[in-house]
Amino acid sequence: MDRLPRWADLALVPFVSLTLAAIISALVIIAIGQDPWEAITVMVQGSVMNAYGWGYTLYYATSFIFTGLAVTVAFHAGLFNIGGEGQAQLGGLGVALACLFIPWPHWSLALIGAALGAALFGAAWAAIPAYLQAKRGSHIVITTIMFNYIAGSLMIYLLVDVLRPPGKMDPATASFPPEMHLPSFNEIPGLNAIFDTGVPANVTFFIALIMAVVVWALLWRTRLGYQIRAFGKSEPAARYAGINPTRIIMIAMLISGGMAGLMAINNVMGEAERLLGNSASGAGFIGIAVALMGRNHPVGVVLAAILFGFLFQGGAELGLWTKIPIELRTVVQGLVILFTGALDMMVRMLLVKIFALFRSNRMEAA
Amino acid sequence: MDYGSLLQILDSTLRLATPLLLACIAGLYSERAGVFDIGLEGKMLVAAMASGAVAASGMTLVFSIPYASTEIVLVSPVVFGLLAGILASLLFALLHAVTSITFRGNQLIAGVALNFLASGLTVLVAQSLFGQGGRTPPLEGNARFNPINLPFADAVKDVPVIGPFYHEVISGHSILVYAAFAIVAVTWWVMYRTRFGLRLRGVGENPAAVDTAGVSVKGLRFSAVMITGVLCGLAGAYMATALQAGFGKEMTAGRGYIALAALIFAKWRPVQAMYACLLFGFFQALALRPDVVESVVRIKVPVPFLDALPYLLTVFVLAGFVGKAIPPRAGGEPYVKER
Repeated sequence: MDRLPRWADLALVPFVSLTLAAIISALVIIAIGQDPWEAITVMVQGSVMNAYGWGYTLYYATSFIFTGLAVTVAFHAGLFNIGGEGQAQLGGLGVALACLFIPWPHWSLALIGAALGAALFGAAWAAIPAYLQAKRGSHIVITTIMFNYIAGSLMIYLLVDVLRPPGKMDPATASFPPEMHLPSFNEIPGLNAIFDTGVPANVTFFIALIMAVVVWALLWRTRLGYQIRAFGKSEPAARYAGINPTRIIMIAMLISGGMAGLMAINNVMGEAERLLGNSASGAGFIGIAVALMGRNHPVGVVLAAILFGFLFQGGAELGLWTKIPIELRTVVQGLVILFTGALDMMVRMLLVKIFALFRSNRMEAA
Repeated sequence: MDYGSLLQILDSTLRLATPLLLACIAGLYSERAGVFDIGLEGKMLVAAMASGAVAASGMTLVFSIPYASTEIVLVSPVVFGLLAGILASLLFALLHAVTSITFRGNQLIAGVALNFLASGLTVLVAQSLFGQGGRTPPLEGNARFNPINLPFADAVKDVPVIGPFYHEVISGHSILVYAAFAIVAVTWWVMYRTRFGLRLRGVGENPAAVDTAGVSVKGLRFSAVMITGVLCGLAGAYMATALQAGFGKEMTAGRGYIALAALIFAKWRPVQAMYACLLFGFFQALALRPDVVESVVRIKVPVPFLDALPYLLTVFVLAGFVGKAIPPRAGGEPYVKER
């Protein structure tokens, strides 16, 4: 098969995939008797046309950057980590323990402590599947699925039987002390000129951006990153070059789990300010779509995460203002994964044929 | 624990194991042919929604006898529901097959995509059809698969020990429960005693060898994935029209993944898959009766622990503590004829 030009590979393939997903979503909306144009208008109005909407869009995007980076790091090592959901829930546990049991004097110190807790717990939850993959050859996809469910059960148990304050009904921890409140966009000097009402987007967004840079530097500017990518491209070649497979699998999965866990500082510490049941609420899975659409590159991940933030906030607006159920965003998420992940080859074949057509025309003209 | 509650738990074990078993055998066909399927959950879910919706529509085929005022119901709504469920699941299976066999896409990513599509589409469609918050209307009468009393169930009821067991546990399930166990036997026969089964297993282990013998790898894999579609259709229809009375949002609740776990636990073999599903069904039945569990083990066992047991056991198996689970060797790899 002919190769596509670099620009087409980077921009055109995701664009075509996204367009296909959008067309089918529109058809679905028509099929259930609603107006796709109205839907997109409501989505755009509610998520990017005002500061309040952006406050939510960027809040969701923050979580998705973390989980998208998590999937990306694992992907480069040739591992498909679909355990982001469970790792993010455990990250939430790390945040809750750090915030509830350590008296931090200031939010900035609390943020560092909670972030360490989140990353540590997330990484720990990825460690067992990683070990089983490295040492026992059990498929990481299966073990991470199992660990998502085990995490779900563990969190229900902890929230109902252990961490729930006495006398409270809902399965959640106590609220974190007020000193640990992270500044939202409307409380940050400078930004509060734009965001004049309370929004959930908070300082964690900048940590997410820093993490994107860190992941980029790690993968493309360090020896370890080179080893991870080499291992992901060809395990036998990497082994022959003296790269230790166990070490790479463990490190890549620990970083991946840590990234997924870090998500919790956004939703648990930054927004809910206590640990609720099902805290990750699907963001771990959206990381898969984000990484696929972002072509497994941190820049792409950030852009895709903002797009999914728009989809998430816009979808919520749809549920509020139209008869289209909020579940439309799950459909779009599935379509994006289908086209950018599984049908990637189809889109490529299509584009290669179109390019070949242009090329032969040009040759005839010459 | 008395004999009565044991029988009750065993009875619900059978009821709860059935959807797992159907989905697990479904996955067995696909995975033995070398197509990993983590989209069992999604296929079950669309089948549950389609069968719930069609059965609720009350569609019936009747034959009215001329000059007499009697009518004979030829096809009842629940059968139409079942067919609709199979059809919906087949469509998803076709999408999976085209994606991962024809276009050689990543089978795992395709499965993930199908699960999300199913999760969203079912609610969208059910909401637009019935406007009841993504549920289908409750089913009753011949819009459901009703319990069947096996012969002599009432006659032997009073025979000590065996009588109640036959009456309570074996008898009184819907036809799909018995069908599921029959399918296990059929699957064993197909896999190990027919040419098709041999080729199917061959395609999962070494597709190049099957190809060399002049048998179409793609054709075999397509048919395997289609069988998966039919069986997931049965599993989904059972959920909506037998186990429960109608479709509800996310009603499969991870059963597709438990089935996948059972398949690994059984090391991709049909009879062992039945045992695994019965075991996992037993755990689900126990999770419904924490009081019984507590009276037996004498300490309070958290219900979430029982919920997590199938997954924990599967991880133990995967870790190689109970013999090694080795998947079909060509699983997950699209077959390319020539490079």
